[in-house]
Amino acid sequence: MRKFLLKDNVAGVVFALPFIIGFLSFTIVPMLLSAYYSFTRFNILRPPEWIGLENYRRMLTDERLRESLFATFYFVFASVPLRLIMALAVAMLLFKSTKMMGIYRAMYYLPSMLGGSVAVAILWRRMFFATGTFNSILDVFGLNRNFAWLGDSRTAIWVLILLAIWQFGSAMLIFLASLKQIPTTYYEAASIDGASKVRQFFKLTLPLITPTIFFNLMMQTIAGFLTFNSAFLISQGGPFNSTNFFALYMYNHTFSWGNAGYASALAWFMLSVLAVTTGILFGTRRFWVYDGGFS
Amino acid sequence: MKTQKQMWGIVKHIIVLGIGFIMIYPLLWMLMSSFEISPNIFHRAGLFPYEIGLANYPAGWAGLGRWTFTRFFRNSFMYAGWATVGTVLSSSVIAYSFSRGTYPGRKILFAIMLGTLLLPAQILMVPQYLWFHTLGWVGSYRPLIIPAFFGGAFFIFLMTNFMNAIPHELDESAKIDGCSFYGIYTRIIMPLSVPVLVTAGLFSFIWRWDDFMGPLLYVQGRPQQFPVTLALRVFADPTTVTDWGAFFAMSVLSLMPAVLIFIFFQRYLVEGISTTGLKG
Repeated sequence: MRKFLLKDNVAGVVFALPFIIGFLSFTIVPMLLSAYYSFTRFNILRPPEWIGLENYRRMLTDERLRESLFATFYFVFASVPLRLIMALAVAMLLFKSTKMMGIYRAMYYLPSMLGGSVAVAILWRRMFFATGTFNSILDVFGLNRNFAWLGDSRTAIWVLILLAIWQFGSAMLIFLASLKQIPTTYYEAASIDGASKVRQFFKLTLPLITPTIFFNLMMQTIAGFLTFNSAFLISQGGPFNSTNFFALYMYNHTFSWGNAGYASALAWFMLSVLAVTTGILFGTRRFWVYDGGFS
Repeated sequence: MKTQKQMWGIVKHIIVLGIGFIMIYPLLWMLMSSFEISPNIFHRAGLFPYEIGLANYPAGWAGLGRWTFTRFFRNSFMYAGWATVGTVLSSSVIAYSFSRGTYPGRKILFAIMLGTLLLPAQILMVPQYLWFHTLGWVGSYRPLIIPAFFGGAFFIFLMTNFMNAIPHELDESAKIDGCSFYGIYTRIIMPLSVPVLVTAGLFSFIWRWDDFMGPLLYVQGRPQQFPVTLALRVFADPTTVTDWGAFFAMSVLSLMPAVLIFIFFQRYLVEGISTTGLKG
């Protein structure tokens, strides 16, 4: 036995065992269970009851699902690009400064580090009350209308988008790391050839960091599609479902409305939406991502 | 020419500082508001309290009903601590297997692991809940802590990359000296990968400390088990009157662990984010 365990291949598998066991019991089993539940009517308390494709058929006519998808896509398409643009813009500004880097990093990265917390989400909600800090600041500039930003279905989602953009710090750090890898000789050569700074940015910097942009875009899109905390804590999905993001809708079906079966079907639907979206992103890769490396 | 360049340098610093100040303003405002004892707290745009005092802190610490924040902080530390220990230990073991293993199928396993990296937790939220419900774990921290002992995909990925960069000559010479696969892990790879273990540990701790959805699913009905995040949510329940001063005081304390980690371990965090794209 001892000899068997000491063989390199056996030992390798032993070290992989936690992953294998964990993957089977906390990913595969729940996924199989949820595939089964998606064909049932199930409220957690009573045993599931087989109803075939009923849950999937229900999605076709579910008006709230349509609203939820709209809100989710709106949120992703607004927050992800804006966040990446902010991250890249500030990374370009910070790129060459070394003296004050510590302070700058703290100012730009702290929001990203703390922004996902419950404390900040509720602070954010408080700030956008009719009597909140945001309106008081507008007041200083003479713009105050005492507007309840979270009470209007057009502006509520922007409160959440703003919170997401505010957390651009970690994307910025990734951009900074990748900007630092571009050899300075490239810029020297470009300057000698008479390329302006703007031209250098579009013809040199931007193409060289496209792999990083792609990576950021992927991760943030996936995370964006599943935003839950801010919608749950700040706007509770309202007003009029304008911030009823998909993860929140799924949560409510399971835990508030006793439709765990339908929620399971929704989870599978979301997984295919994500697969298609990331698939499309990957498909566009060869048109704009430069993979040539730095040599 | 030179003065123009210097001018631009100064202008740039002013722009960066200006935007930075706007960025950090909400956090500063919350910090200052935690010392505001005048009830005008809601209307103030500026940073400085009308009346400064510490009264919000004891008022907030008194907590919810029978349970004070002593309890909630202890719960949060317990949860974040155990989950972090579990994640870091198991992830390093698994990463070692991926980095140094030679057994057939290890590439497929690694690919599966990368796949789960893209599989968001929210997709598994409902089925995992039902599964843990079946196991009878709901109502405790078991569904949050036990799976942590089976590795976290992000950290396995981070550590595998780190271990791949450790020269193979080291383990080969150890092997010649009679070291087994296990010995190479405990004597060579593990000690050499301390920096990456620290990075992973810090991120894991911050994420678990901030985790809201997990405790919301599993310990929601039991105030004595609340972590700080859930306690804050109930504290600022929109359906009741909130003592905002006390709320901000407890919020500031709840953010302290992350801020302290940032101040003292900045290097590890920056390293982790820039090399793997971990979300901070």
